[in-house]
Amino acid sequence: MNTVIIQYNAGNIQSVLYALERIGMTAVVTDDPSLIQSADKVIFPGVGEASTAMQYLKERNLDVLIAELKQPVLGICLGMQLMCRYSEENNTPCLGIFDEQVQKFITTEPTLKIPQMGWNTICDLKSDLFTSVPENSFAYFVHGYYATLGKHTIAKTDYIQTYSAALQKNNFYGVQFHPEKSALVGEQIIKNFIAL
Amino acid sequence: MLTKRIIPCLDIKDGRTVKGVNFAELRDAGDPIELAALYALQGADELVFLDITATVEKRKTLSELVNKIAHKINIPFTVGGGIKTEEDVSVLLQNGADKISINTAAYIDPTIIKSFAKNFGSQCVVLAIDTKCEADGNWYVYLNGGRQKTDTLTTEWAKKAVDLGAGEILLTSMNHDGTKQGFALDITATLSSTLPVPIIASGGGGESAHFYDVFTTGKADAALAASIFHYKELAIPDLKQYLNNKGIPIRL
Repeated sequence: MNTVIIQYNAGNIQSVLYALERIGMTAVVTDDPSLIQSADKVIFPGVGEASTAMQYLKERNLDVLIAELKQPVLGICLGMQLMCRYSEENNTPCLGIFDEQVQKFITTEPTLKIPQMGWNTICDLKSDLFTSVPENSFAYFVHGYYATLGKHTIAKTDYIQTYSAALQKNNFYGVQFHPEKSALVGEQIIKNFIAL
Repeated sequence: MLTKRIIPCLDIKDGRTVKGVNFAELRDAGDPIELAALYALQGADELVFLDITATVEKRKTLSELVNKIAHKINIPFTVGGGIKTEEDVSVLLQNGADKISINTAAYIDPTIIKSFAKNFGSQCVVLAIDTKCEADGNWYVYLNGGRQKTDTLTTEWAKKAVDLGAGEILLTSMNHDGTKQGFALDITATLSSTLPVPIIASGGGGESAHFYDVFTTGKADAALAASIFHYKELAIPDLKQYLNNKGIPIRL
């Protein structure tokens, strides 16, 4: 198994690598196009801001490369959001793999903090990604923007409103939460992705 | 539903946990990694590691420890203690920390909050405040581990820090810390209802009912405790079951 984690100007890349190592896997962290294209599995992580991340990807032609990958690809957090059509975060056109768009959480309720930070449930699970993951399992989220519900939604979460906790289109998967920090549930999801 | 977080705090000195811990499950109670792994297994929602090492070797020891923790622990963790520069933050995050906490250094130079938030994201910048209610009824900010009083009101400092980019507030009441008589409900509720970021309440948690109170009356998003977990006066699974039974949203 040859797994690649895409290296770019976003945080949490090391955390994803360590999570793979915890379950006995290894991965290469790289932005080398040929290594990414030849990988069995590609993980597209990310904590950061959408427009600067997209600019970085475009400057290296990684935007085109990612969208054309044929093997299973897993976007995490910002990675998943960048795989959507558009993000309201600094009005950023994204990769357009998923039709869903990314919007900002807005609330007038002072007890609902933005970004959402902490453990929330995922439900309506529909994908091989969630094999052996029970409905309403807890996952760890940190995000101020969310992907809308749509035809690619394969998991939902409620915070302020119901949104896409995960998306899938063909070989492309995305999760809004952090499987690398979501205890045993997260480890199962990572194992499921590697087993695809 | 987003759940309330229970956060054990481990004090670290020279790579070892400081407070005497006596867990039959652990081969080495002074090993922070083993203790952290046990807490994660028991259902802790996050962990905080506070490094109190004072030696010049501190930075290297800490980054090595953080790297080992990150390889072992599958939940988020925060690292604090003596962080002053972007380089400090960068090293800790690269070694796998999810968040860093800053206290006195941010008070002395608040611009670091802004630069840390800009470079690493607000979600990883936790502002820790040690606070004490004085005879005049106001809550003031204390520095250097509570040894130095300031004339700054905690509400004002917290608001300023959030405006600069702090993503979370870790609020420790010196009046309550160590008493096991309950958390400071009033100042916690004041900050939580006026600031847009999560508030972690710290200091005074002695029994399950205190956590219920700080999540309801205190409006806290998370609650932190140390010795009651270390000395097994309160087990995390029992605490979380209690809160769940009382209707508090909790990850079980």
